[in-house]
Amino acid sequence: MQGLLGKPLGRVHWSNKAAKTGPLAHRPDNSAFMQQRLPAWSPMLTTSTVLPFMYCMAVLCLVVGVSLLITVQGTQEMKLDYTEAGTCNNCFQSLKNVSNAGKSCSCRVVFTLEHEFKGDVFFYYGLQNFHQNLRKYMDSRDDAQMVGRKQNLKNPSSYCEPYIRDEKDVPIAPCGAVANSMFNDSFALQYQGQPGDPINTVPLYRKGIAWYTDENVKFRNPPKNKSQTLAQVFEGTTSPPYWQKPVYLLDPLDATNNGFINEDLIVWMREAAFPNFKKLYGVLVRTQEPFTNGLPAGNYSIDIVYNFPVQYFKGRKQVVLSTVTWFGGQNRFLPIAYLVTSGLVFIIAIFLTVIWWKFGKDAKNMNE
Amino acid sequence: MAPESEEAGMVKVKVKTQKKKKNKENKTRIVHANILYDNAKGEENPNRHFSDNKIKTTKYTLLSFLPKNLFEQFHRFANVYFVFIALLNFVPVVNAFQPELALAPVVFILSVTAIKDLWEDYRRHRSDTEINHMDCLVYSRPEKRYLERFWKQIRVGDFIRLRCNEILPADVLLLSSSDPDRLCHIETATLDGETNLKQRQVVRSFFHLDCEFDPSKYNGVIECEKPNNDLNRFRGYIGRKCGLYKENLLLRGCTIRNTEEAVGIVIYAGHETKAMLNNNGPRYKRSKLERQMNVDVFWCVIILLVMCLFTAIGHGLWLFQYGDKRPVFDVLSPEGANVSPGLSAVYLFLTMIIVFQVLIPISLFVSIEIVKICQVFFIHQDSELYDEETDTHLQCRALNITEDLGQMQYIFSDKTGTLTENKMVFRRCTVAGVEYSHDANARRLAMYQELESEEEAECPSRGGTLPRRDSVGSHQSARVVLRSQSTKSHRRTGSRAEAKRASILSKHTAFSSPMEKDITPDPQLLDKVNEGGSQLNFIHFHRQPMSQLPSDLADIIDFFVALTVCNTVVVSSPDQPRQKVRMRFELKSPVKTIEDFIKRFTPSRLTSGSNSSSTSSLVTNRSSTRGCSSALSSPSAESTLTKLDEEGSRLGGAGLLADFSPVPGGAELRYEAESPDEAALVYAARAYKCSLVGRLPDQVTVELPHLGKLGFELLHTLGFDSTRKRMSVVVRHPLTDQITVYTKGADSAIMELIKPPLTGKRQRKILCKTQSYLNLYAADGLRTLCIAKKTLSKEEYACWLQGHLEAETAIHGREERLFQSALRLETDLHLLGATGIEDRLQDGVPETIASLRKAGLQIWVLTGDKQETAVNIAYACKLLDPEEEILTLNADSQVQSWYGASTAPIGSGYIPGTVLVGSAHAAGATTPFLVHRLGLVIDGRTLAYALDKSLEDKFLEVARSCRSVLCCRSTPLQKSTVVKLVRNKLKVMTLAIGDGANDVSMIQVADVGVGISGQEGMQAVMASDFALPRFQYLQKLLLVHGHWCYSRLANMILYFFYKNAMFVALIFWFQFYCGFSGSSMVDQWYLVFFNLMFSAFPQLVTGTLDKDVSAHTLQALPQLYMNGQNSEEYKPYMFWMNMMDAFYQSLVCFFIPYFAYAGSDVDLFTWGTPITTLALITILLHLGIETKTWTWMNWASIVFSACLFFAVALSYNSSCPTCYAPSNPYWTIQRLLLEPRFYLLCLVTPVTALLPRYFYRACQGSLFPSPTKVGRQLDRSWRQTHGGNIFSLGNLASTSDPLGLKTAFASFNNPLPRYFPPKDHPQSAHSTLTIPKDAAVSAPSDPPLRTSEDHDQSTATDDTQSCLEVTKELPGVTEGSRVVESPERSALQRSDIGVSGWVSSTPPLLQKEAVELGTAPPGGRSRCVAYTRNWEQNQGSDPETPPVESRTRTQTKQSIAADYSEEDRL
Repeated sequence: MQGLLGKPLGRVHWSNKAAKTGPLAHRPDNSAFMQQRLPAWSPMLTTSTVLPFMYCMAVLCLVVGVSLLITVQGTQEMKLDYTEAGTCNNCFQSLKNVSNAGKSCSCRVVFTLEHEFKGDVFFYYGLQNFHQNLRKYMDSRDDAQMVGRKQNLKNPSSYCEPYIRDEKDVPIAPCGAVANSMFNDSFALQYQGQPGDPINTVPLYRKGIAWYTDENVKFRNPPKNKSQTLAQVFEGTTSPPYWQKPVYLLDPLDATNNGFINEDLIVWMREAAFPNFKKLYGVLVRTQEPFTNGLPAGNYSIDIVYNFPVQYFKGRKQVVLSTVTWFGGQNRFLPIAYLVTSGLVFIIAIFLTVIWWKFGKDAKNMNE
Repeated sequence: MAPESEEAGMVKVKVKTQKKKKNKENKTRIVHANILYDNAKGEENPNRHFSDNKIKTTKYTLLSFLPKNLFEQFHRFANVYFVFIALLNFVPVVNAFQPELALAPVVFILSVTAIKDLWEDYRRHRSDTEINHMDCLVYSRPEKRYLERFWKQIRVGDFIRLRCNEILPADVLLLSSSDPDRLCHIETATLDGETNLKQRQVVRSFFHLDCEFDPSKYNGVIECEKPNNDLNRFRGYIGRKCGLYKENLLLRGCTIRNTEEAVGIVIYAGHETKAMLNNNGPRYKRSKLERQMNVDVFWCVIILLVMCLFTAIGHGLWLFQYGDKRPVFDVLSPEGANVSPGLSAVYLFLTMIIVFQVLIPISLFVSIEIVKICQVFFIHQDSELYDEETDTHLQCRALNITEDLGQMQYIFSDKTGTLTENKMVFRRCTVAGVEYSHDANARRLAMYQELESEEEAECPSRGGTLPRRDSVGSHQSARVVLRSQSTKSHRRTGSRAEAKRASILSKHTAFSSPMEKDITPDPQLLDKVNEGGSQLNFIHFHRQPMSQLPSDLADIIDFFVALTVCNTVVVSSPDQPRQKVRMRFELKSPVKTIEDFIKRFTPSRLTSGSNSSSTSSLVTNRSSTRGCSSALSSPSAESTLTKLDEEGSRLGGAGLLADFSPVPGGAELRYEAESPDEAALVYAARAYKCSLVGRLPDQVTVELPHLGKLGFELLHTLGFDSTRKRMSVVVRHPLTDQITVYTKGADSAIMELIKPPLTGKRQRKILCKTQSYLNLYAADGLRTLCIAKKTLSKEEYACWLQGHLEAETAIHGREERLFQSALRLETDLHLLGATGIEDRLQDGVPETIASLRKAGLQIWVLTGDKQETAVNIAYACKLLDPEEEILTLNADSQVQSWYGASTAPIGSGYIPGTVLVGSAHAAGATTPFLVHRLGLVIDGRTLAYALDKSLEDKFLEVARSCRSVLCCRSTPLQKSTVVKLVRNKLKVMTLAIGDGANDVSMIQVADVGVGISGQEGMQAVMASDFALPRFQYLQKLLLVHGHWCYSRLANMILYFFYKNAMFVALIFWFQFYCGFSGSSMVDQWYLVFFNLMFSAFPQLVTGTLDKDVSAHTLQALPQLYMNGQNSEEYKPYMFWMNMMDAFYQSLVCFFIPYFAYAGSDVDLFTWGTPITTLALITILLHLGIETKTWTWMNWASIVFSACLFFAVALSYNSSCPTCYAPSNPYWTIQRLLLEPRFYLLCLVTPVTALLPRYFYRACQGSLFPSPTKVGRQLDRSWRQTHGGNIFSLGNLASTSDPLGLKTAFASFNNPLPRYFPPKDHPQSAHSTLTIPKDAAVSAPSDPPLRTSEDHDQSTATDDTQSCLEVTKELPGVTEGSRVVESPERSALQRSDIGVSGWVSSTPPLLQKEAVELGTAPPGGRSRCVAYTRNWEQNQGSDPETPPVESRTRTQTKQSIAADYSEEDRL
């Protein structure tokens, strides 16, 4: 720009060498970095160089895959669709009528376990075609309310739209669509080893099924005085419109499992990733016979309080009994993925070997 | 700034508005002297409206920075887009993220750019300050003297005093000059690049001021034009009566030269100066890569829209399937009403744009800028591009086109100062048939060169080899010794640079470094000169006839006199400006009239006249007959010495001007010449003690050994012109009093004017010998000049003068008549000798050109120089190869009429060569490198026609088929037109390199402009994108840095596209599982920061540091540069390949976790976080595959990226359970890290995802390695073996050939010159190129090596025997037809007006090709140029070469009619 003055004024003074004077003041640094001569490893991707890696990878994947497969083989899983099964069909039909939505309906489903479920057995309920992962649905919650902020209890966040207040402008607690749509069937599992055997109620832990951090950090009841009951705390709020029970009466059996810290609520609030999902309902208590080793084979029945309507979204309801491995529930995909990958890598490795075999000399030549 | 300040003035001073208005109406500016108003307040100063001399080129002020910068940034569409998206997020219906979070990227991007802009502006500010604080003398009335002021304090109306070598601070009207002629010399190099001095005149009304100009007495009012940018126009009046012209105006930026002092009044200041008004900001350049990238960004937008549309429609359908009964999980609108599927889809479309915004790589733009700045930094820091001598780096002035350097296809280079140093060095000479090789001089030059090449080398003996001949004994020799000692001492301190710098410091003007000045005389010649001088002195002293001097000595003396006299060199001494010596006895001007002539040449006047005249009258007899009187003994060295010592005090002697002593004691004279070769000759003569001491319009003073100073009366100067190719001076010889014509010119021009030697063998022998020496010189690449003289009798002179004066006064055809007059004079010359001058090429120019050419770059030289010089240099720098045939397109003035006549049928186009050869190569165009054995030389005038719309295509066609193109005598405009033409028509990347202001337009037009920051001012540098200290650095700049920058950026951009696509596709796949609701399993934070932070650094490091091939290999294998030329790193399909790969990888990264978690109780973010992690790992590993060199920086950046992700994730997931509504990933990553499943996924997914690319790369590396890959291989092996010549192409070709795969090296081989001795193969076909005299297409293509005899023979045979002619009537048709071998026919064809040509159809099959251009001029003077071509099959001399390339052997022969010189070489 200012070149008309015959001076190299546009010169960029990169390094702060303005202070440096003398004839070679602008001489660049002769460091390896400045001169782009940093010592470098430059791997060449040729058949010869990648082959060892490929074979190693193939073997590694094979080993992992096989071991995973063996582990998976030891697990058991039982899925039972009870939407229209057994006597539940009645309930299903009756719920089709919207006017029966509030009514409680009980039914029983029977099933048989062919094999013993060894180890910890997890009792899940499953829903199919229920999209907990819809964007607006997911957003429709107020974590601040759930964490027990007094202020948010009466003034839920706008995220809860349209379930912030009911028609009478009473704030909803817990607000939002997620809480509103909470799964409200309940289950009681009975075991009858053989027909005629005494019926044992299968004991389930109904607490400790949520994440520890959820129970203790993310979900807290609003602060209360010692004298206050939970119902008093939630005074001035109303339960979500679809709920049959208020939030402080969710668990009639355990008073400490009520309010926002009700574990079923917490589990429900952790929105599932897929439209077909299962959620933990309980864990087998293995303290008494015959369940010390898990669930024995035999006949079982589940008494279901059938409340949750699924026909509107063509959904299905399931009960899932499953044992787990160290890498999750019964899922054969991961070992298979490893085995397939191993196979692919192996095939490619062989292909590359052929190439290397045929043209290896050229690669050598190039190096000469 | 000007309008602003005027505006300000208007507001301030309302009273004066009226007058101001009047000013505006008048469209003039009225300038009063400020000193008249010094006492008055500023308000009353009439000049206050004019802007002051402070310049401000910054864009921003502290206050305006933010708004203005933002405003400018929003000019970039991408920024607007991203802001739009960020704002969209604030709309509740469509929002996708926490609104504040969505702002983060755009704010980040904007601030990074803002910081960059701030920094650049700060740089401008600093340089402004530097300029504003330069000093200048301004007259102050209170002090009554000139005071030092800063430039910025100068106001319009100030009187400023300028001293020699000062730079003008403003546009100044010249009022006074210390020069006796009231002239002021300025150098306008910074404005127009012309280094010759220009004269400016003092305003006429001040012309006759005898005493020194006193500003306080000045009271004029100047009325002149409003500021405008026309450098060549200035009109005005001073005091309403005296006109002002551009000759009176000194422009800002020029340098005062040769004028001790000048005083002027400031007319325009600061931004209103013509120089500043001419100073348009640089064009915003967008690199090719970026243009290409923008196309793909556009594709990304399309993909984005398609994805959004797809999702939106999907969502609509999904909602539609539920009918009226909405499921519980469908969230109603806030009003509780159902939103119709259609409306939902529309909302969702907008939401998806937000969610998928990552696909449009917001950080790409900023990353590219960062990477480019880093690249620029490294280029800047390259010590190999640093010139110690001038202490300059390469300067990158354009920060955004580094990668263009790697894609150049055409280089347009200036010649003088770019290829050459613009330093002419006298090398050797031949006088009277005796060659003086000047070995010592050559050694001296070699020493300079070696000093340059091996600076650290200790070579103590070299200084000692310098001859210190006692016989010289003069201070000249002493200076040589001194010089050698000083160079030695420089060397001792370790660097040639210091020596050079010392030399630079010592010089003030453009041409003259010690290298040029200190010629070491040839001892033999020096002896002879001394002998001749002393004899002459003796003869003269004893009043003996001059003919007693032996003829060879006489020739020698005459030779040196001619060297000193026959030129237009101006003499000055370094300390003082040019002294105009007024010691003339009377004011004489060159002879103007016959009466003047008679008056001057009557003896009476002679005796009464000057000292020189009177003495010369004593010797009146002609001394044309040269007797041999060697009776006189040559004086011994001692006596010479004493005589030389005495010379200062010597008086008397004919023609000696003892009282003429313009040279202050001891001070060295400086010569300023129009062209440096003139200066070189004068310096050469000075080395022999024949120094030019002074030059006046009518007198040249020469100092000769033993004779002292002689005044030569200058009668005429017949200046150089390119048609005559010579210049002459007519002087009266002071010793003989004869009218003598000294002529100096191109050998071709002189040799044919030599008087045929009638007497004796000796002359003929001399002639013959001189010619052979000339050929020798030419072969050495020297510029040859012949020196001749002629003595005229008074009668002859009178006769000639008559005609000449008539010519001078002629109204019509004056030019032509003067030309004829000069021709009349310059006949029957007596050859004195010849000189060989070297226009020194810059170091490494031939190597650079050779290697650039190997790199596939087409090099065109566009020079304003004359054709001979240009061709000469072109040979010297290996631009033209003796092996190739040269097409010379010279259209004379008659062409114009011809042109008019022949525009209609282009078949008989006016440049026959153009049409014909063009079509010839259209035939061979299938293999583009095939026929690059042509060189094209075109001169400016022809260029003007060739650039005409109707012919430009043809011209390009020809030019494209030529291996090198040389445009001589081209104007700056033509230069830029050529560049523009090539750029636009051929759609190629062009680079223009030049050093002068005449190259500026070319530099600006080209894709990349490179300025040589050399001697010729800074204009070119300022207009350029890159400024190099030397031409040879271009090699590394292009081949290494260009390649790197290109490949780095190309790979980075591709990677960016891949990365974003891959990431976004993950979310897209998820839409199939979430009812197309726009939900994302990737947490919003990860989504926003993924590009910006987690994956940003490694690619920046790779983009900055990755080296696909080492600098060493890149320079050794210039062919690798073609990689960039062909855009091989970034082809359109690569974008799609990367997209495919991205989609594949995203499928893998999505579905492996999906199936792994399918049916489980996983929640969305617990499942999404592993996917994010996997994607990150995959992306980083992908970069790892693409990274070629791993420095610790790469490792660090990758590790850092991974760590950064986990650190952010861990802290984000543990910090606050309620802060990041609506998402709440509390403790997710912590839990995941405890799950083995997470790690199992982390292993298998990247492996599967990267398998195809890894496989592809491995196969590519083994099966079809790209040239760069081979380069890397070599690189590696070179590092392993540490040496060995592994870089031969043959090796490379052989490695790839057995594979049967076409490697790029196959094409590399094509352009490589291959030499086959012409004699080995019989000429099987010729083409005859017959050109009308008017529009000559000549082919002076012979290598200068050939001697003339040789040449004549061969051309003769060509002409008569083997003018094989194959003709075709319509050159447009390319199919060849008949081959007829008959000279008669060829003659017949030649008489046809028009063009006939024969063209080979399928080059690979035909081994013979002929080009024929046949016409005969009406005058019957025909000129026939025969091209002989042998398309030879490769005779197995190079077995590795594919057959395609082996046919390019062209042998050219030339036959020229007798009335034309055999060759035009200077």
